[in-house]
Formats: sequence, C-alpha cells, structure tokens
Amino acid sequence: MSDPSAASIVSTPRPEQPTEIGAPTNAGLPENARKEKPRGLLGDAWRDLRRKPLFWISATFILLFVVMAAFPSLFTSGDSVNGTLSRSRVEPSSDAWFGYDVQGRDVFARTIYGARASILVALLSTVGTLVIGGAMGIIAGYRGGWVDGLLSRIADIFFGLPFVLGAIVILTTFNGSGTDNNEWQIMGLVIVSLVVLSWPVVMRLMRSSVLATKEADYIVAARALGAGTGRIILKHLLPNCLAPLLVYGTIMVGSFIGAEATLSFLGIGLKTPVVSWGIMISEAQNYIRVSPFLLFFPAAFLVTAVLSFVMLGEAVREALDPKLR
Amino acid sequence: MGRYLLRRLLQLIPVFIGTTFLIYWLVWSVPGDPFAGKCGDRGCPDNFREVMTAKYHLNESIWVQYASYMKNLFQGDFGITFSGRSINDIIVTSYPNTLKLAVVALTIEAVIGLSAGVLSGLRRNGFLDNLVLVSTLFLIALPVFVVGFVLQWLFGVKWGIVTPTVSNEMRFTELILPGFVLGSASMAYIARVARTSIAENRRADYVRTAIAKGLPMRRVVGVHLLRNSLIPVVTLLGTDLGALMGGAIITEGIFGINGIGRQVLRAIVTKESATVVSIVVVLVVVYLLMNLLVDLLYAALDPRIRYE
Amino acid sequence: MSDILVSEQSAPGADGSGRPSGRLLEVDDLRVEFRTRDGVAKVINGVTYHVDAGETLAVLGESGSGKSVTAQAIMGILDTPPGFVTGGQVRFHGKDMLTMSAEERRRIRGEGIAMIFQDALSALNPVFTVGFQIAEQFRIRRGIGRAEAKKRAIEMLDQVKIPNAKDRFSNYPHQFSGGMRQRAMIAMSLALDPEVLIADEPTTALDVTVQAQIMDLLAELQRERQMGMILITHDLGVVADVADRIAVMYAGRIVEQADVYDLYAKPAHPYTLGLLDSIPRMDEKGQQLRTIKGLPPNLMNIPPGCPFNPRCPMAQPVCREKLPPLLQIGSGRSSACHFAEELVNRD
Repeated sequence: MSDPSAASIVSTPRPEQPTEIGAPTNAGLPENARKEKPRGLLGDAWRDLRRKPLFWISATFILLFVVMAAFPSLFTSGDSVNGTLSRSRVEPSSDAWFGYDVQGRDVFARTIYGARASILVALLSTVGTLVIGGAMGIIAGYRGGWVDGLLSRIADIFFGLPFVLGAIVILTTFNGSGTDNNEWQIMGLVIVSLVVLSWPVVMRLMRSSVLATKEADYIVAARALGAGTGRIILKHLLPNCLAPLLVYGTIMVGSFIGAEATLSFLGIGLKTPVVSWGIMISEAQNYIRVSPFLLFFPAAFLVTAVLSFVMLGEAVREALDPKLR
Repeated sequence: MGRYLLRRLLQLIPVFIGTTFLIYWLVWSVPGDPFAGKCGDRGCPDNFREVMTAKYHLNESIWVQYASYMKNLFQGDFGITFSGRSINDIIVTSYPNTLKLAVVALTIEAVIGLSAGVLSGLRRNGFLDNLVLVSTLFLIALPVFVVGFVLQWLFGVKWGIVTPTVSNEMRFTELILPGFVLGSASMAYIARVARTSIAENRRADYVRTAIAKGLPMRRVVGVHLLRNSLIPVVTLLGTDLGALMGGAIITEGIFGINGIGRQVLRAIVTKESATVVSIVVVLVVVYLLMNLLVDLLYAALDPRIRYE
Repeated sequence: MSDILVSEQSAPGADGSGRPSGRLLEVDDLRVEFRTRDGVAKVINGVTYHVDAGETLAVLGESGSGKSVTAQAIMGILDTPPGFVTGGQVRFHGKDMLTMSAEERRRIRGEGIAMIFQDALSALNPVFTVGFQIAEQFRIRRGIGRAEAKKRAIEMLDQVKIPNAKDRFSNYPHQFSGGMRQRAMIAMSLALDPEVLIADEPTTALDVTVQAQIMDLLAELQRERQMGMILITHDLGVVADVADRIAVMYAGRIVEQADVYDLYAKPAHPYTLGLLDSIPRMDEKGQQLRTIKGLPPNLMNIPPGCPFNPRCPMAQPVCREKLPPLLQIGSGRSSACHFAEELVNRD
C-alpha cells in the first residue's frame, strides 16, 4: 500500500469471529493470579492474543526482522556494498543463496542489510507521527475553541495532499539534484516527509478520543479535586487513548515500510550506497525478464515484513476491541 | 441539496488554498536560490529564470508570487518546463492515456471489489469470505509497485499471457493487467468496506420489511440492501482517488504507459523539479475536484445528507 | 366461536397439513430456538393460536415472551441463525407454510399475510421515498406500470389519511413525523390487500396522543377490509377496544386465551391477573402501583414445572413439578394453570 493514511481501513470488524466467551476466564492461571482484582482491558487483550497463532507468527517475524536490522552480521558474513562485476547477475546457488546482482553484490547479504534502513525509517516515522499527531490531537481536543479550529484546518490541508504526490513535492524540493545530502540527511528527509503527510490521521484519532473522554465523570472529578492539566492528560487521558494508537501504530509501521520502498522506487527516497529493500527492487526492475530473482528476494522480505506488522496490528485490534468479544 | 453542496464547497476552499500555497511555498520559497536543482544536472538556463521570475514575480513577496501563480492557474496556465515546453501541452498529450487507464482500473475495482464484498458479506465465514479477507489483506498491505512487478513478471514474462508493457496504441486488452494493478489496493478496500457494510445492513429492519413485503430476494439484496451499503463505499472513494493518483505514477512507470504519471516519473529522473511540481499541482487540483464530485454522489445516494 | 385448542402434548401436525379446518391462519404447536454461543434459548415452546377473517386476535405479553418471534416465524423473517423453527406448523388456508417452497411462501407475504413493524423509522428504507416503497408493491408484485403504480400508491396514502398525499409521495421517511411514518407503513402493508395483517406493537414507538389515532385507523381498516388481524402488544389499554380475542404469552407459551370480555372480567391465569392489576387506575390514585414481582425466566434455563411458578403468588408444590397444559375451561377459553378453575370460580 502506498497510502499509509488509509491504513485504518485494513481493520474491518469481524463480529462473528468465534472468541470463547462462555469459558471461565482465568481457568488456566495459577492460584494467586486468580485472586487478583479483575484485570483491565489490556490484560484481557493479552490473554486473547496469546491464543492466536497469527499473533505469534507475525510477532516472531517482526522479532526476526528487528534482530536482522540491529545485528545483520549475525545472519550473513557477505559484503552488502562491494561486488565483483564478474559475478554480475549470477543465479542463486549454494554459494550465494539469493545470487548476485548487476554489480556482482551478494543479494542475500544486501537483503539482510536492507532490513536496517527499511525498518529504521518505518519505526522512526511511526514514532514521529504518533508523537506529533498525538500531541496535536491532545492539544486540539483538550483546548478546543479556536486552537482546535486552527489545528483541524491545518490537518485538513495536509490530509488533502495524496501521499505519493505530497512526498514527491517535498522530496524533489529537498532531495533533488544540486542538493548533496548524505545518507543520514536523506533518511531524515524521508522520515520527515512520511511524518508530515501522515500526522493528520493520528491527530484526528487522538482528538476524537480526547473529546470522548474529556467530559467523562472521572476526569471531571479529577479536575474538581485539583489535578492539573498535565496530570490529567498524563494519568487519565493518555492511558485511555493508548489502545487505538497502539493498534494504529503497529499497522502504520507496516505501511511505512511499504511507503519507504515506494519512494525509493520512485527515485526520490533513499539512494545507494544505502541498502534498502525499496532500492533493491528499484534496481532490479530493469532486469525483471532476465533475472527475476533479483526482484523476488527483496520483494519477499518486504512483503513478509509489511504483512507481519499489519497482521499483528489486526490481531491486537481484535483483542482490544471489546465489541468483538 | 443546494445548501449541502454550498457547505462542502466552502469547506473545500481553505483546503484548496492551503494545499496549493503549501506546495508553492515549498517549491519556490525555501531559502537559497529558488532555481537550485530545478532543471536537471546542468542547472536552469538564464532565459527560463527570466521568464519564470517575470511570470511569477519571484523577486517580490511570497504573497504576490502566490497570487500571480493562482491567477495563472485559474486561467488554465499550468506553467512551462525549462526547455520552454508548456505543461498544458504535456498534460493534453498524456492525460487521455492516464484517463483510459483510470477508467479500466475503476471498472475493475467496482466490479470485482463490489461483487467480492457483497458475496462475502452475505455469507460470512464461508470459504469465499475467508478467501476475500486474506487476499484483500495482501492487496492492501503490499505497495503497488510490488504487486505490479510480481504480476508483470507472472503474466507477462513467465506465462506470457499478456505483453509485459503497454504499446502506444493502448489497446484495451493490454490495459487489463495495469488497470488491475492500479486498482488493486482500492479494490481490496472496496471489497472490505462493502463486506462489512452488507453484513451490518443485512439484519437491518428495512431489509426485513422488504422481505415481509414479499419482494424477490434479487430485489431485496440488489435494490434495498445494496443501495444502503453503497453509501460507506462511496465515502471511501474520496481517499481512494488520492491513492489512485499516486498509483498511476507507479503503474505507468512499470508498464511503460505514456500517461501523466510517466511524465512525472521522467521529470523526477531527469531532475526537473519545476516540471514535477507543476504536474503534481494539477493532479492535486483534480483530486480535490474529484472529492467534490464524490460528495455529490454521496448526497445522491443518501437523502438524509441532502436534507440536513 | 368454539375453540379447538390443542394442548401441549398433542403431536405437531398429527392430523396432516391439508386439514380443511376453514381457518384462515393457524399456528400449531410452533417451536423456535435461538442457538447462540452461550447456549440454546427456547424462545417459543409450542404456541398455538389462530385468526379468522374479520376478527382481531391480540397477543399480549412482556418483552421476551416470544410474541414478536412468533410473528416473525409466521412471516418467515426470523433471523436464521440464530433463530430456528424446530417444530409445529403455520397453516395459511390449511396449507403448512413451513414446508412450502421459498417461492410459494414469498407470494403469500404481502398478499396473503402482511406485517406492520414497531419502529417505522428503521423499518422503512431510509434511502427511498415513501411513495417509491409503496408503489414498489404494485410494480414488482403486480407488474403495474410506473405511472399507474404511483397513482395507486397515492390512493393508499389517502386511505391511511395522510394529508397532501400527492406531495408526500416523494418525501423520504425521515421527513415524516412518527405518526405519519406509521401510517405510511400501514399503507405499504395494505397495498396488496392482504387477508391477514400482523401488527407488531404498531404504536409503541409513538406519542400517546398519536397512539390512539393509529389504533383507530388500524381498527377501521381492519373492519372495512374484513381482514384477520394479529395485534401484538404489551399494552393492555390498547387491547380492550380493538381485540375480539386475547392470547396471553409467557416464556414462549400461551398461558391463557379468551374472549376479550371474559379475560378482563375473570382472568383464568395468575399471570393475566397480575398484568391486569398492574394497569394504573384513576380511582386508585395515590396508591402504590402493583407489579408482578421478579423477572421473566431465563429462556436458556426455564424452571421445571410451570414457568411462572417462581413469580406466582398462588404457587403450590405441584406448580414446581408439573407443567400445566393449555386446557379448555368453559366455552371459548383456555388456560395453562393448575388452578384455572378456582381462579375463574372465585368470589
């Protein structure tokens, strides 16, 4: 998917999903756990999640990718950057599992090393989007009035920009020729453009949950007892809005991995010598007829990573949604 | 109806001004030489600098610049490339091709997406339903260019069912695969939203009434249920069009379709950001106008909106 | 009118489906279950009633007593799953509807038996005009052309006393007031001149002042057209003026059935007695309202014996052990209470 702003629609409710509701809820727990006070939403969600194979499969993959991104040398001793031209487009063999690319570089090593840039960009963009969008949403929802009006209109403007088009404008301006950005700057630019184009969705989400909880009796009570604004937001509002943000964030990581690859593919995102799945796919496109394997391995990793995050998000959403129980 | 449209129009104006201003500001008012990196590797020719500076008052304040830019835009003048070719010219030659592709994509989206959504919504948890759920998850999660490459390789190269790229004649049979790729994500969204909405409305009281009236099942589903379930699908179309615009750039690149997206891609490769931005602004304007059209369609489908 | 009431024990449809009893609509030992994840709820447990042309049967009961579900089972609009008809017959002109083909059954809907729903706002399709939804009956079911169908639809709107029917034709349901919507709903169900009309709490969602108007309209139309009417309600006040006979339901069973006069004068079941007592009366102003203590039984776990026994002020040990069948007591009335005779004959 190339439009992360629409990610939330991935999750359509499935009310008929059979979840065991009649079963004694804490039957499998040790004696002392049973005596605890009834656990909150998160506890229930966790118990629900543990039973889902989909959750475990996607979580395992995500763990694998994260380790891959942090310590690529654990998986391969190959060289991801330098190649030997004589090995150009050599097919996969026991020597090099994924073969060699046009410049004779080890595709397996590159795919492993590619995880770092892809996942780093996606994670940082997600964090940035959640923080900025979340902060804007809290401010807009809590302050209301003209502040809300102004922030909402600004969000509308950014929301009005289709993702790919907006990214093209931002990145061609700051990342075009004549700009000699180093790889960290390019990465920063990609992250910034992803954040800039995605925060309105989080803001709207956050704003509506703040509006919904703001007038709740316990918040009013806390205010009457003299709790300050900061404390109310931190102790009361945030925990309540956390669940939807968590779900949205997880799915967002997946769609940002795809978005980063799309930008690299368009030639406006990360560039060599950085290694990312998007760059690899982009480089492979001209050889799709003769050496399709160049395309498949990075594409397979990309697909697995995106799906793992999206499915984890789906699983968490289903577990968190009390209506589906 | 009139009041509803007027309100939507009034809401659109600030978004329209804000969006175009944002783009304009990004492109021409970032600190430093406004022409840096706008005209490929060799830099902008002097006469292009002069023409642009005069046309958009680039040495005056940002407000004057923006006003003159908007004036040109409203007069249907979208700008020029640094080689002096008018952007209008590029658009006129390439837009029909993009339009053809978009029509094919929208048709595929609507036909496959809706029927998959309706069928799986009517029979929840059946085989078809699960198939639809899994395949739509894939189509939604995957970037368009991955879907494009994989299908191009499978159908075009491996099985040789279609030609991998589209010729200049843009035959309909050649457009089916690119159209499917372009529409794939939206198709999946439509299927999912239609499925949820059919499943929710299937138990609605008015459906029960329609059955109690003794109407044939075809009519109960095809008229009473479908009309109501289409409403959320149409609201989806608004955001979907944005994805379609971005997707067109990618799809046209993959399949070598000589459309507007290809022009954007080529301008990116040759680093003519002036051209890129001029075309993108046109696309954004089209997107915003299409959104207004979607609102119209929405109002046509749901009378409760019309008489608010 | 001599009642042939089949008791609980008689096998469903033992005497064959084509029995020419001359009844217009008969429900015979109908049984419905709701199968949910939490268990099976026995919602209808052998309901038997009938309605003839020109008469009004009121079905009375608390919410959850199964009166609406019975109607849905008759119409064939039960939500399946979770609802399943597990036994009994629904005979229309002596022919069992439950064993008919889907197509045969569809043709009866609207023409043979029509239904009015409680909440007209949700029962009318929000995206079509009221006129369209009435004219649809003529166009689809009778194959009448658009213009003629529109004319007839306007006539129908006139008949249910909607002012400016011509202009109202092209309005949407949300543009109607509650009472007007219910009138439109009535017009729609009567379009094909049905022989039986089932009105499922037709006035519950309306203002008190409008309720009476709608009831009067229904009664008038029923008389004019000599329809059989099944009026489902929990409002005893509504029943007295309109109904010829009353069937009282509790926990998916008929517990008493009688002519309207007999039932009000001498209820033959403690539950009916409780219902009558709980009507607020002008002459007892200031006194506390009498209510039936306790709650209706959980339909997944109906108590043994008489289902009403935990709430019954007259309950005896036998009530906890033996389920009282619905038996005839005197002419034209029946009761499912072990002590029905005592109740009727007291003071």
